[in-house]
Amino acid sequence: MAGNLENRHDVLIVGGGFVGGALGCALAGAGLSCLVIDHDDPSAQLDAGFDGRSSAIAAAPRRLLRRLGIWQHVEEKATPIEDIRVADGSSPFFLHYDHTDLGEEPLGHMVENRHLRQAVLASMKTVPRLHHLAPAEAVALDQEGSRVRLTLKDGRTVEAPLVIGCDGRGSWLRSAAEIPLTKWSYEQVGIVCTVRHERSHDNVAHEHFLPSGPFAILPLTDNRSSIVWTEKANLAPALLALPDNAFLEELSWRFGDFLGKLEVTGPRWSYPLSLQFAQRITDRRVALAGDAAQAMHPIAGQGLNLGLRDVAALAEVVVDARRLGLDIGAGKVLDRYASWRRFDSHLMLALTDGLNRLFSNDVAPVRVVRDVGLAAVEHMAPLKAYLMRHAMGEAGNLPRLLKGEAL
Amino acid sequence: MNSARQSATTAAQDEVERFAAQADDWWDETGIFGQLHKINPARITFIRDHLCAHFGRDPMAIDSLKGLTIVDIGCGGGLLTEPMARLGAEVTGLDAAAEGIVAAAAHAREMGLSIDYQTALPEDLAATGRTFDVVLNMEVVEHVADPAAFFAAAGALVRPGGAMVVATLNRTIKSLALAKIGAEYLLRWVPPGTHDWRKFVKPSELARHLRREGFSVVDLKGLVYHPAADEWSLGDDVDVNYLMVAVKD
Repeated sequence: MAGNLENRHDVLIVGGGFVGGALGCALAGAGLSCLVIDHDDPSAQLDAGFDGRSSAIAAAPRRLLRRLGIWQHVEEKATPIEDIRVADGSSPFFLHYDHTDLGEEPLGHMVENRHLRQAVLASMKTVPRLHHLAPAEAVALDQEGSRVRLTLKDGRTVEAPLVIGCDGRGSWLRSAAEIPLTKWSYEQVGIVCTVRHERSHDNVAHEHFLPSGPFAILPLTDNRSSIVWTEKANLAPALLALPDNAFLEELSWRFGDFLGKLEVTGPRWSYPLSLQFAQRITDRRVALAGDAAQAMHPIAGQGLNLGLRDVAALAEVVVDARRLGLDIGAGKVLDRYASWRRFDSHLMLALTDGLNRLFSNDVAPVRVVRDVGLAAVEHMAPLKAYLMRHAMGEAGNLPRLLKGEAL
Repeated sequence: MNSARQSATTAAQDEVERFAAQADDWWDETGIFGQLHKINPARITFIRDHLCAHFGRDPMAIDSLKGLTIVDIGCGGGLLTEPMARLGAEVTGLDAAAEGIVAAAAHAREMGLSIDYQTALPEDLAATGRTFDVVLNMEVVEHVADPAAFFAAAGALVRPGGAMVVATLNRTIKSLALAKIGAEYLLRWVPPGTHDWRKFVKPSELARHLRREGFSVVDLKGLVYHPAADEWSLGDDVDVNYLMVAVKD
């Protein structure tokens, strides 16, 4: 144990992003000592160049963020989504989700990732017993015995009864615990950028299902919208390499002219799209949460929401066990987390994968079916309400944090 | 240890040996003590909530039992002893079987918990004159040879104003069917021969033992199994497994 780093903790969290940070706040807030290990320097993560994306936060995960004191830091910079309009290419059928169908609460909020990151880091600083070690890297995992042990790159070791991997799609902890991954690549790329438009978006989100994939327009502050433009992988590089005015032209015809003149602000980003899930989300004294457990097509904006639902369930299971004096890394405790999350995450993966396959398709009969399907969903109030509730994170047996209750 | 066994007025020798043979299995969550692991959350909830109410503690704190002195009679491998220590209590674990105590002490050391484990009977500890805030008597009464002598010794360990929590099996037709025939022979939850139904204790008999030692019964609850969820919870049905808490006047 070189250095003055406290060696023993209640929980080790690998990855200090939204999921790892929120989980650390939840567990340490309940009195457990947590060590969050992140390979990125926190100050570098706040740079606008680090992550140009925005996230849609559903109602239930927003309640969790508020409970953890995170939402308060981004509230001013968040844009409510009061309406979602789904259009299938050139088809006349519209699927229209209006939040007043479900009550007064907005369907969700759009937040720029850099603002959310700042909020998570600010909250992490205020929680006693939450130790943030960054930049740092774990290089070895030892699961033998009654404590799991991580060796860091600088040779120090840290140990705890439980280690949680919140280290994203390429999770190091998942590989170290030898948990197999199932993965599909979509041969699609997500092009992400921000546009400024002449007219107000009136807090409406749009999803256009185009033949190459969904094209989403998500409302931000100051007459800006975040674009998530799914494109065939073989076409994307050419689009990304276009000069500014030609890129704007390609974007404009997909966007439409309903918000007036457009202007691209800031850089363009691209992410290869894939769906992947860990074949199990727990192992001996190991649990996975967020993208490390399952990462999906961004079509329904559910990735981060699912990650925060993982946080709510895992925090509740761990804290409940600890309040009974039980070993928080025991198989029984982790099994409860796995079975609680299984249905929810598999349903979401199947739903978003199915939607993408259905809509990334220009075959005439499929078009007709989905045109009729969209119109049918529009007229089936209960099904629509169910889909909306799920998009808002309301379905299933909700953990306390998602209900906005104290952990 | 020999002297402890020879002085054993309350522990039945054949029962002690049966549990000793299982020392290594105590912490296997899927092994022969699997049901005990499953019962643990419900019975600890009962213990914690009553002790917190009685001693004015916050049950939501992770050190809700901080500083309380607790003796766990018939602690086995420490399934209940360790959670009490983790909640901050100063715990003494007693068991008549030395093998169980050795396994328990090794496990506690590995978990980084400080617990005073002793191969002893309650009357051995009572003879020292030491008293405790709390005595836990969990799933022990149905195994002892002389219940009256056992409660005299266990009761003497509780300080005035302290509490005793007892968990045991009721002597009903239902418990014969479920706890004896069902759990031992049909479901194989516990090895056949674990329980002798004739030693099971009715709540009224238990209350009488406690009152005789100067205790007032505070609460009685059943432990109910839910087959679909494979979980146990606290309920009002005391026909099979039940818990009783009493306070010493």
